[in-house]
Amino acid sequence: MYGKKVKLRVLFISLLLISVILSIFLILKSLEENVVYFLSPTEIRNLTEIENKKIRIGGMVKDNSIVIDSENISFVITDFKNEINVNYSGLVPNLFKEGKGVVAEGFLKDKSLLIAEKILAKHDENYMPPEVKEALEKK
Amino acid sequence: MFFSQLGYYSLICGLIFSVILVPIAYKDLSIAKTSISSNIFIFTSLQLIFVFLSFICLVISFINSDFSNEIVYNNSHTTKPLFYKISGTWGNHEGSLLLCLLILVLFIFIFLITSKREPKKYQIFTLLFQEVIIIGFFLFLLITSNPFNHLFPAPKEGLGLNPILQDPLLAIHPPILYLGYIGSSIVLSSSIAAIIQNYVNSQWAKNLKNWVIISWFFLTIGIVLGSIWAYYELGWGGFWFWDPVENISLMPWLCLTALVHSVIVLEKRSMLATWTLILSISSFTLSMCGTFLVRSGILNSVHAFANDPKRGVFILIFLFLLIIISLFIFFVFYKEIKIEQKSFLFSKEISILINNWFMMYFLSVVLIGTVYPIFLEVIANEKISVGPPFYNKLLIPFLIPFLFFMSIGPSMKWIRHNIKLINVRLILLFLLSSFVSYLILIRTNLNTLFTTILLVVSIYLFFITVRDFFIKNQKNFSQKISHFGFSLLILSIVLNGIFSSEVITNIKIGEKYEFSNGSIYFENIKSSKKQNYMSFVGTFRIIENNNKEILLRPELRIFNQPITITSEADIKTNFIGDKFLVMNLVKGNEYYNIRYQTKPFMIWIWLSAILMGSGALTNFFKRR
Repeated sequence: MYGKKVKLRVLFISLLLISVILSIFLILKSLEENVVYFLSPTEIRNLTEIENKKIRIGGMVKDNSIVIDSENISFVITDFKNEINVNYSGLVPNLFKEGKGVVAEGFLKDKSLLIAEKILAKHDENYMPPEVKEALEKK
Repeated sequence: MFFSQLGYYSLICGLIFSVILVPIAYKDLSIAKTSISSNIFIFTSLQLIFVFLSFICLVISFINSDFSNEIVYNNSHTTKPLFYKISGTWGNHEGSLLLCLLILVLFIFIFLITSKREPKKYQIFTLLFQEVIIIGFFLFLLITSNPFNHLFPAPKEGLGLNPILQDPLLAIHPPILYLGYIGSSIVLSSSIAAIIQNYVNSQWAKNLKNWVIISWFFLTIGIVLGSIWAYYELGWGGFWFWDPVENISLMPWLCLTALVHSVIVLEKRSMLATWTLILSISSFTLSMCGTFLVRSGILNSVHAFANDPKRGVFILIFLFLLIIISLFIFFVFYKEIKIEQKSFLFSKEISILINNWFMMYFLSVVLIGTVYPIFLEVIANEKISVGPPFYNKLLIPFLIPFLFFMSIGPSMKWIRHNIKLINVRLILLFLLSSFVSYLILIRTNLNTLFTTILLVVSIYLFFITVRDFFIKNQKNFSQKISHFGFSLLILSIVLNGIFSSEVITNIKIGEKYEFSNGSIYFENIKSSKKQNYMSFVGTFRIIENNNKEILLRPELRIFNQPITITSEADIKTNFIGDKFLVMNLVKGNEYYNIRYQTKPFMIWIWLSAILMGSGALTNFFKRR
């Protein structure tokens, strides 16, 4: 009924559509699985259940809270309302200091302890992650 | 003081000439001469000269540490070494924009000189559209980010340049990256001109190809330089982190890579015309989107200078105008040339089309991964981040078919390629690469099917690209080099991923740390005073199971202005791999936080990426 050319074109376009739909589906699916949510210590306190998902917590490193030994670094992140303990073994950025902003990424053990896998590097000493700034402004 | 004034006024002169250039060029359209009028050349050169003068004035203000200039005050310091005073010129928002503007006017000048054989109207329309972009940049500079703002009274001392930017690589990284980004503006303008003039054909493709290759080359080198810098200066200890800022440079790169391929099809076979236009428009748009996202402070990074919402709004409006004008011209003026072209399923053009499909897939993954968190924050006020697992999961599986197609595609013929299903040589090569990967993999305890296939395919591609050098025709020499560079890059990345190892610990001076196959001994730490920082160099003695002892001396620098601590990793590089040690001080000065990494084939990653970029350039030398 239709010429060979039309058929070819229809085939081409439907192939294209299918691949586009497939890739969008794939992307969205893995986005859902791999997204890391950002929370403040207060939001952690208000959680009803603890999921086994990676999260980020932002706030300030509490004064005099850093304790270091040969394996671990532990400290307290605060948003001046609530606090959370963090246990970390890994590389810390240069600008990790008491009284400065910090973002820690890892898994919650319970509502008061985060086992961190990564502490995010900041680029200059005045820099504060926007998340932290906002969390601090909210208080 | 004097130079700031001079720079400011010559910038304004430059703007005036740009504005005058528009009616002159427009008038020249109706003059029936085959070459464009000399007035256009004069005004383009004047525009170039004044912007250049203005840029030089800014450089001189930085060299003289003229703190009556606001950006010199904000970004420089008298104790800074001369080299970094100069590079400080583009180490800030205003100066880097001025550099961009300089490259814009330089490129349109070069375009006019080198395209004399092209149709006159095509040249003029390219110039006109490029002038729109140039005037946009002028206004952006003068209205929102004037590099010659005056401070009175002039402060005695400046605030200093962010110390992590004081690095030789980072001094040349921005100019080279801008050459790449701005190069794609010529690609955009000439596409628009070609649409209006109905000149979208193989001859145009030949002209366009040069610009695509130039911007692709600079973008590639610029990205590599930035990546090397992040490796040793930020102590990230790797080559790519899927950081939003990196992604933003990767997006136009993927787009240009697709364009480099599709423009060849347009040149040789007069096909894919519409597609080539879409890619041309997208590459500059993506570059500008990147500028918008980093400069408006939406993405936080070392590239986000002073955040001023006004600037973000300006770029956004400018960006929308560019896109709307481009799309309008595209839909209203574009007439597709109907040329009957036969192509068979097995042919070079189809394999290039497949390459483009993959590029577009990679591009959309990176785009969505980068933009989605921003969207979610605006719409739902939820804060999320998308990390490496997302990209690894979506990109690596598709890398396998991509590499496979890449190994068979380039050797195909145009129009129709007769494939022999049983090609003894190719099968032998495949067996050989399987054998080699077997030899590599038995030395590790990694034996997932996935890694195995990836390794086999990348070694296979490597063999194929090496073999291509021994095929007699020297026609596609640049393609051979670039593809060889790419295959080496992928192979190094895969091997690097398989064999990397790291040890992180906290250690005191005089302590020894034992790990599974070696030990680290922290001998001592020495301090000394340098021109604008205090230096603390630690000495670490590392013994690994082969009993070879190495000394690594990472450094901590405490800069005086602004007071900042940076760590300089110590890296021992050889052809097999890097030994990387970085240290940080956590609290007090008892424990040092160190990371020791073995990173195989790092140098090959850098070298092959540079080789891949340079391959494109041989295109120009050949013709002379």
